[in-house]
Amino acid sequence: MAVVSLAATRFTKTALAARKERAEAVAKWAFFGMAVAMIIPLVAIIAYLLYRAAPSLSLEFLVEMPRRGMREGGIWPAFIGTLYLVVISLAVSAPIGVLAAIYLNEYARDTWFNRLINLAVINLAGVPSIVHALFGLGAFVYAAKFGYSIVAASLTLAIMTLPVIIASTREALASVPMAFREACWNVGATRWQTIKAVVLPNSISGILTGVILQVSRAAGETAPIMFTGAVFFKAIQPGTVFPYRLQDQCMALSMHLYTVSTQIPNVKESIPYATAIVLLGTVLLVNVSAIGLRVWLRNRKRW
Amino acid sequence: MTDPALSNPRTVGPRPRRRAWAVIGERALETVIRASGVSAILFVLAIFFFVFREAAPVLFSDDFNFLEFLFSAQWYPTSDINVRYGTWALTVGSFSVTALAMVLAVPFGLGAAIYISEFSGPRQRETLKITIELLAAIPSVVWGFIGLTVMSRIIVALTGAPVGVNLLNGGLILALMSVPIIVSIGEDALKAVPDSYREAAQALGATRWQIVFRVLLPAAKNGLLAAVLLGVGRAVGETMAVLMATGHAVHLPHSLVDSVRTLTANIAAELGEAPVGSSHYQVLFLTGVLLFCITFAVNLTADLVIRGVRRK
Amino acid sequence: MSRHILRVAQILFLGGLSAGLGALLLPTGCGGGAGPEPATTSIQVKGSDTMVNVAQAWAEEYRKVEPTVAVEVSGGGSGVGIAALERGTIDIATASRNMKPDEIERTRRNTGKEPMEFVVGFDALAVYVNKENPINEIALEQLAQIFAEGGTITKWSQLGVSIPGVSDDTIVQVSRQSSSGTYEFFREHVLNKKDFKLGSRDMNGSKEVVELVGTTKTAIGYSGMGYATLAVKMLKVARKAGEPAVAPTVENTLNKSYPLARSLQAYTLGEPQGAVKKYIDWMLSDAGQKILQESGYVPIPTGGKST
Repeated sequence: MAVVSLAATRFTKTALAARKERAEAVAKWAFFGMAVAMIIPLVAIIAYLLYRAAPSLSLEFLVEMPRRGMREGGIWPAFIGTLYLVVISLAVSAPIGVLAAIYLNEYARDTWFNRLINLAVINLAGVPSIVHALFGLGAFVYAAKFGYSIVAASLTLAIMTLPVIIASTREALASVPMAFREACWNVGATRWQTIKAVVLPNSISGILTGVILQVSRAAGETAPIMFTGAVFFKAIQPGTVFPYRLQDQCMALSMHLYTVSTQIPNVKESIPYATAIVLLGTVLLVNVSAIGLRVWLRNRKRW
Repeated sequence: MTDPALSNPRTVGPRPRRRAWAVIGERALETVIRASGVSAILFVLAIFFFVFREAAPVLFSDDFNFLEFLFSAQWYPTSDINVRYGTWALTVGSFSVTALAMVLAVPFGLGAAIYISEFSGPRQRETLKITIELLAAIPSVVWGFIGLTVMSRIIVALTGAPVGVNLLNGGLILALMSVPIIVSIGEDALKAVPDSYREAAQALGATRWQIVFRVLLPAAKNGLLAAVLLGVGRAVGETMAVLMATGHAVHLPHSLVDSVRTLTANIAAELGEAPVGSSHYQVLFLTGVLLFCITFAVNLTADLVIRGVRRK
Repeated sequence: MSRHILRVAQILFLGGLSAGLGALLLPTGCGGGAGPEPATTSIQVKGSDTMVNVAQAWAEEYRKVEPTVAVEVSGGGSGVGIAALERGTIDIATASRNMKPDEIERTRRNTGKEPMEFVVGFDALAVYVNKENPINEIALEQLAQIFAEGGTITKWSQLGVSIPGVSDDTIVQVSRQSSSGTYEFFREHVLNKKDFKLGSRDMNGSKEVVELVGTTKTAIGYSGMGYATLAVKMLKVARKAGEPAVAPTVENTLNKSYPLARSLQAYTLGEPQGAVKKYIDWMLSDAGQKILQESGYVPIPTGGKST
């Protein structure tokens, strides 16, 4: 029947074709709705937080000390503390992570041992943050005798964020075509010379992206530092840029958000929101710059 | 081109010797690289070792009953009269929040993955992927804060529940947190289905709706399963968000608006309180071991499922 | 171009590597190098969540009195502060309960020093309900029936209270996480050491208790009186049904007529020395006590001294 009508009205839709098109449109919009359902919360959350935070948001809020029992004033010590934690954890996890990824992608053959390493990386990424906290407490605070300190907290964060760097570095290395390496080997270069001269220059953008993502992850984590080195409050000299020593404990933005929203009574309404916005803003800014870098370098790719 | 050395390979001299220290340096560097690779295994073992080490004494003490630890809902870690360490209510709490989160996140996550891989144009795809990446970047303490302040009020207003921090709140927050991972892994799985499948189906006159349900979902089912499993792993292990959003009551939930407590939140709330070395402290570490094993199993399964896909 | 990026990355990488190694090695040494301010002394204070706010206010203010002393404050609970003192990892432990004999014993054994107790103020543990709840007073045994395991009061109507605009008047108990000093105090003085009913919302911070009560019409909770907000009210508490109920105020706390009053302690290892001694003396001075009162606690009567 469909065939007959198709012949008769060559350029008009058949009932079947119309139904198919309708179904097609319905499918498209249904899935589109689901995809958009994820954008809405993101936008709504940021807008709402911004709206509530507005009365406190200013440059002073960032660079001032908290006052009157953290009910007023700014978040400078927490902001600096987060910077400390991020920089030190990055200094530890970036080298190990990048080298581990180089090993996995450039050296490792497909043996059971290397599959085990892969599995370990996957599981390291899946270990709950609170278990990392228990590990940091048991290993760094007590066993290594670092005490509750910036070092213990940063090392815990470093191990926690290692898989982020390994995964994205691997991806970046894997995207360098095999032919590049083969060309280099054929002129007599060793494996390391090849990596240094060909593989790394061609994948550096992806590696940097991974490093940046590690920063964002480390800045936002709370549970692992709560028991290893973040404090409720620490009095520091206003205006100093390096107020903490490595064996001190420090304040951190994420921890600060937790304490002002659960512990301090009668805090100025907008302060927890403003703290949340600064934390969220820092993390998203870092992520956006990673994405920007990735897009920019991908457009410049020559192969 | 007319270089005699090239026209006659025999005249090529020995490769210029590299200096000794360059060779040694390279060897050393390669050793470091290898060591870094192996370090991942070491770290996982170290995590298990150190957490287990703190937990071990309680396992071998006489008044600790492992079955009671797993299957009793009585959690009285500091009681004066009768200390009981039963984590059943916490386990149920963890799994009910996770299950609710998955009920919400899986359809949306997979739907979004299908849209991104099958329906959207390149520009739209890029926008959606970036949004999802940003959604994934929101720190868990911010999610917890949103649950505590915003979501709880919405829930009280909509459902008339007495308390806004409850199972539903935690489930919603966890759903939003685990959707990104489901989308990105799910999209990878769909991308891995060869285009020839789609073309064949299209040639037979299938609509895209039919292609998705009859062709893509069956073909990518392992990858999609892995996506869901990784989402589950994420949700089970989440700490700060559930600590702040679930209401933290030791209690087998009877309805969506009951407050619950999860294994992770329980550790976070009580670890600071428990005197170091006490049996309460050791039991909390044991809970950590339990969590480690749960997530290990989930991730291992997901990995095996993905590997199965690659084999094919 | 990407060569340049590589160069930069290489420098960052090597810098990171050395910084990382430095970070690993530093804490074992004296580690003064990273701090640009010479001769700062850190005093580590850890313990009671009830006292963490006043401890923070003290630390903040002390910065102005003694700029070279940085006071670190962490909460976690009285138990954690005392546990840290036992290991000798902190200078001052704050506690809203007294140290138990076995804790004192462990401290002696671990550190060889005697813990010293200083009463730095008082606190009344207030019973909070939502502002819209018409109830004004409550007796201790009623509280026990509400909170204790096996207690029979589960609905507000059993107390003769009807809350306007509420259909389900099941009492929502809001409690604290186990082994916070507040939780233990409440268990000891209200529940007579019996256990809590399971199913209470065990909040992590004192503020959360009050916030939750403030947003839940059918809730009842307990917390230090310093945490009161406009959305809640504090009940008068009677020792026994029929006896006069007493409001949690400064006077009633000091004359001990309010049944849920407690002292706030600071513990040090041995007789405090140097900066720690100065800090504790300052806490007990008029200036320190004024801050305590501003934070919502009850100061030591004038002339009060450490016990």
